[in-house]
Amino acid sequence: MSDVLGIPTIPPDASDSLAVLEKQRSTAETFGIPLAVLLEITHRCPLQCPYCSNPVELDRAGKELTTDEWKKVLSELAEIGVLQVHFSGGEPTARKDLVELVKHASDVGLYTNLITSAVLLTRERLSDLADAGLCHVQISFQGVEEGLADRVAGYRNGHRKKLEVAKWTRELDLPLTVNAVMHRQNLHQLPDIIQMAVDLDADRLEVANVQYYGWALKNRAALMPTVAQLDECTEIVEEARERLKGRLTIDYVVPDYYALRPKKCMGGWGRQFFNISPAGKVLPCHAAESITGLEFESVRSNHSIAWIWQNSDAFNRYRGTGWMKEPCKSCEFREIDFGGCRCQAFALTGDAANTDPACALSPLHETIFKQAEREAEGETNRFLYRNFAGGTLESENGT
Amino acid sequence: MAGPRNISVSEASRPVLPRHAKLKYDETRKVWVILAPERVLAPDEIAVEVLQLCDGQRNVGEIADRLAAKYAAPREAILADVIVMLQDLAEKGFLTEAREKTP
Repeated sequence: MSDVLGIPTIPPDASDSLAVLEKQRSTAETFGIPLAVLLEITHRCPLQCPYCSNPVELDRAGKELTTDEWKKVLSELAEIGVLQVHFSGGEPTARKDLVELVKHASDVGLYTNLITSAVLLTRERLSDLADAGLCHVQISFQGVEEGLADRVAGYRNGHRKKLEVAKWTRELDLPLTVNAVMHRQNLHQLPDIIQMAVDLDADRLEVANVQYYGWALKNRAALMPTVAQLDECTEIVEEARERLKGRLTIDYVVPDYYALRPKKCMGGWGRQFFNISPAGKVLPCHAAESITGLEFESVRSNHSIAWIWQNSDAFNRYRGTGWMKEPCKSCEFREIDFGGCRCQAFALTGDAANTDPACALSPLHETIFKQAEREAEGETNRFLYRNFAGGTLESENGT
Repeated sequence: MAGPRNISVSEASRPVLPRHAKLKYDETRKVWVILAPERVLAPDEIAVEVLQLCDGQRNVGEIADRLAAKYAAPREAILADVIVMLQDLAEKGFLTEAREKTP
């Protein structure tokens, strides 16, 4: 943990990189307000990525919070001690008021990150965002050359546009993160993707293996990498980290299907993270709405955001360890990984309180691992694209 | 364009936090923080004091002079510590050097 200046900072894995500045504490204590909050200001997006992490039920434009409602949210977040916000989506630049929202966030003292696919940005708009106080731009890439990249995104000429926007970002003196979502069909490009990040003068690269819930689960057979591919991927990342020290920071998210221990998803449910959905729901993670039977409170309710974080049923349901069943309940790792990911447990077992099957102690681990291995070796490469039309199956010839 | 990267901190450097790294007092948690892309760092008291002096005008030597006077400590030891600390920060991308302004 000790990093700059003998400072407790950032653990290397991306899911924890904005951990609350908290000392080791008992789970029974109250939970501090997170340092960073993800704002999914819209679910609208021109891309149709098969691994989309948004919930299967998307919020329509008409349900989105208004400009004034988002401004009120931003002010409230700053007031209760949030330090950073990530403008995300969907595609956040699809909102016409993005510059106004970034300006307001800066005015109330928030550090602002933009998480974007970049395809809708013009140089003028990016410059306006910089002037409004935007601190950092993260651009997603689907591959290293337009053939594959545009096919994965289901969006023509997207890759070319992304390269252009990345260049403008650095010209405007904004720090750049390249986010590369990795899976079986693009893992072979990883060395070139790392080089692309260097060439684009990025500060940071996220090598994020697809996580399989929500829409991505529908495409698991087309995306799941083999064990050999993943081992190679890890080696490549480790070599590049060493070689590019001081030049490019690489955050690495591994898929958990082939792991023995599950990931400490979100740093533990309701411990250090929440996000706000386009319609204003306050969620413990961006996939939480996939768990049926949980009621999430909205910023449109008469409760404050701090109250929702501390007291709402949805946040308390899987907080700490009290909710656990065996094998989690008596497990020595229960406060290390908090039983893994609740959304994955729900998606694969039907009960979010079960052990995440990514854990070797889950009775389902073996079955799921075997199934993933079979899928990884399979020939199914056709994508089911993600869109408001309810999904489109890729044609046989890949268009 | 951005300030230079991979700077080598010396007595003559005039360090400054880049635009994307913001030193701020967190009123809620009562600690100083550096806000950076997807990162929140918590510098200790000494680091905060040094960073508050990094305005892109003063050089590292002058910063060491100040601290040596304030704490009545040997200047050489302070200078060495300050350089190590700033170099570490620079290598993580959270420090740059002031340059002549180009219009």
